[in-house]
Amino acid sequence: MTRSAPAPDRPRLLPLGLDGFLMRFSEGFGEAANRAAQAAGELARSLPGVTEVVPALASTLVRFDPARTPRAPLEAALRDLLASRDWLDLPPAAPTRRWHVPVSFDAADAPSLAQVAALTERTETALVQDILDSATRVLAIGFAPGQPYLGLLPEVWDFPRQTSLMQVPQGALVAAIRQLVLFANASPTGWLQIGRTAFRPFQPEAETPMPLATGDEIRFARASAAELAACETTPMGGARLEIL
Amino acid sequence: MSATLEILEAGPGLSVQDLGRPGLAAQGLSRGGALDPLALFEAAALLARPAPEAAIEMPGLGGLFRVSAATRIALTGAPMRAARDGVPLAWHAAHLLSPGETLRIGPVEAGTTGYLSFGGGIATTPWMGSRSTHLAAGIGALLRPGDQLPLGDDTPRPARRIRPEARFAGGEIRVLPGPQTDLFSDAQRAAFAAAPFTRGSRSNRQAMQLQTGAEPLWFRASGGMASEPIQAGDIQITGDGTPYVLLAECQTIGGYPRIGSVHPADMAKLAQAGAGAPLHFRWSEIPEALPATPEALLNRLRGAVSALVRDPADIADLLSYQLISGVTAGDDLELSD
Repeated sequence: MTRSAPAPDRPRLLPLGLDGFLMRFSEGFGEAANRAAQAAGELARSLPGVTEVVPALASTLVRFDPARTPRAPLEAALRDLLASRDWLDLPPAAPTRRWHVPVSFDAADAPSLAQVAALTERTETALVQDILDSATRVLAIGFAPGQPYLGLLPEVWDFPRQTSLMQVPQGALVAAIRQLVLFANASPTGWLQIGRTAFRPFQPEAETPMPLATGDEIRFARASAAELAACETTPMGGARLEIL
Repeated sequence: MSATLEILEAGPGLSVQDLGRPGLAAQGLSRGGALDPLALFEAAALLARPAPEAAIEMPGLGGLFRVSAATRIALTGAPMRAARDGVPLAWHAAHLLSPGETLRIGPVEAGTTGYLSFGGGIATTPWMGSRSTHLAAGIGALLRPGDQLPLGDDTPRPARRIRPEARFAGGEIRVLPGPQTDLFSDAQRAAFAAAPFTRGSRSNRQAMQLQTGAEPLWFRASGGMASEPIQAGDIQITGDGTPYVLLAECQTIGGYPRIGSVHPADMAKLAQAGAGAPLHFRWSEIPEALPATPEALLNRLRGAVSALVRDPADIADLLSYQLISGVTAGDDLELSD
């Protein structure tokens, strides 16, 4: 089937090094392109010769072993996959896993909440309610091991990352461009910290060191700083996984 | 009893590195591993190992080492000044190190990064299938004086040397077109290929800065692009036009426009280009032919290994060697070929 959509939203297959192809569903971010990246990646995973599939926000890297797999047949198979349907027309898929993560919005844990309130012209209370009401999904994992990009938040959260960087602690919940990031490690960032969790997205000692997966749903539950402190002793930080 | 390596002195950036952890990029962890994997293959060829093993990666400066049991060592990658009990040792070679002897590895003489490997391998506990320290991810740590590392058992054998692949003086680096190459105009791509570069000081295991006196005509703003998967070899153009080549510990998703990717076969030459070594890039196409398998590469390198014959004039303590008969420490087998 041929799409009549404008060029930027036509899925493209592009080379990435000698051992990879990038399936790009959109140049900019979009929820439809994000769904496409995940769904097409799942199908690409079972193609002969594919060794790794890395879904990102609106594109997916498909890796193979070039010393053992000729690239032409795999390239043809991926082109067929991209042509097999309208990838940008996928309905939202129901999550198969849901995480419940305690988060503190107490002042010391939300140093930039007031700035977000000014940027969005909303009260801090309303912003916190937005977070508690949002069934965010893991859009991609990257930057640091296990670290999730979550979204999308309501449109009012569509403010840019800041050019001046602030230091945030491990577990910081930060916001910009309708997304949240839950920091795996302390880091300087242009995202604005609006909360803190005791959940560690990267748990090197655990059997599953990176517990989150792309597509997981994340629900935040309000905790006081004192309640959060009680969760600090375990890497899960009070988070609970519900299999759906 | 297995041997232990004792680190008496350590340069600033020593770490244990093998070929890294492929397959975890979807979980945010880049492959990591040695900046010059070819050096680990050369060590495997020298030590007659079936596959590359973890080694100590030494950027710029080595250290002072001692072992608790006799073990072969291999010195590969960027040549560094090395001596056993004060007697110079050939680089690109394997030698025997016995208990009581000290191995000193000094500054690099060409290139950037040398490797110290062991006949029985480094026997630290792997994490997710690899012994590599991944500094950016917080896996493992830099080696420090006083650290002890377990080594695998080894059987002494004659000293060997290897003809290394030339890669320690910069030169031409092939660039493959990538998913964002067509964001750059023909003129921008040509300007990039025409510019002379050298390694910048803002280089580490995550990325190598490329500096140039040329005007960065290849600059392109990232405007509106969603962050995409990135990997070692990709050439990012940052906000002021400075190119960075991503290395082993790069992030897995990035938003800077990427003009292309370094050909994997040229990554060792790039990583081994020192501060003054000239670098220039040449646009290349993705080849039809399959690259060599790791097994084929190792087989080829085994063909470059030969006995190490030392010039007696270089041996300061010649009179201490039992040249005629008797039980010896084994390492003077270096003289026997």
